[in-house]
Amino acid sequence: MARVVVDVMLKPEILDPQGQAVQRALPRLGFEGIADVRQGKRFELEVEGPVDDAALARIHEIAETFLANTVIEDFSVKVEVGEGADAAAGKAGS
Amino acid sequence: MTARVGVVTFPGTLDDRDTQRAVRTAGLEAVPLWHRDKDLKQVDAVILPGGFSYGDYLRAGAISRFSPVMESVIDQAKAGMPVLGICNGFQVLTETHLLPGAMLRNNHLHFICRDQKLRVENAETAWTRSYEQGQEINIPLKNIDGRYVADERVLDELEAEGRVVFRYRELNPNGSLRDIAGISNAAGNVVGLMPHPEHAVEPLIGTGRTDGLGFFTSILKRLVSA
Repeated sequence: MARVVVDVMLKPEILDPQGQAVQRALPRLGFEGIADVRQGKRFELEVEGPVDDAALARIHEIAETFLANTVIEDFSVKVEVGEGADAAAGKAGS
Repeated sequence: MTARVGVVTFPGTLDDRDTQRAVRTAGLEAVPLWHRDKDLKQVDAVILPGGFSYGDYLRAGAISRFSPVMESVIDQAKAGMPVLGICNGFQVLTETHLLPGAMLRNNHLHFICRDQKLRVENAETAWTRSYEQGQEINIPLKNIDGRYVADERVLDELEAEGRVVFRYRELNPNGSLRDIAGISNAAGNVVGLMPHPEHAVEPLIGTGRTDGLGFFTSILKRLVSA
């Protein structure tokens, strides 16, 4: 099975108080020099069958209608390389 | 014949019973609707009550939007049936795009629970006819995802068309743009707001006032005059 990753981020103009709270905590923890933090969501979709153009188009539709609210969020779709057996082994080991 | 108002229960809905009670207090018949029902049981209006439908997983209101009952609610709302979304119901209405914009985490990140003053900016929608234009009401508010956002063009359009139905007074509890507490669609039959009128229909509970009752009597006015 192949893995497709959908990243969802608030649009740049939308206030992200969660990201700001993380950013404000960084100096307290001794991490200086981080000017801004924005928090997003990552979805990992394990796809049955080949990840061809049709499958990618379907995942794009899933992302656009459901995973992201495009009124406030942008999204990107990436295919992760790696064979099913390796991915499964990696999971078992983690 | 009494007007029938459907009240939808999703998994995670909390305020369906209070809403049914408010409907009855206003002299209407409350009809419970289940999220898996496609059949709206010939109701004259629908209320999507508050709570955390589907646990607010993914985004508040995002999963409920695809439930069978919402297919019928969306169709009927487009055909002119009055629909009110309270709190989580408002979030569901933005996710369905029956109302523009979106709801986000409060700007201070805290869950908030307080009595909230509102100004009724539009007393001509299906759900606000019992109020006066500019009237101030005080009803409970409780949420964590209550920050209303939309782009400038949409906000200007809402203002120009009188579709900002309620604005927060004295304090903006969540960072909503332009102090918006509630909006309507262009036809005025679909209204959503974050505060909870159903918790202020009897003097014994909530704010000790009955400022929320007007929502439910408004719908009676509309249905009788229709």
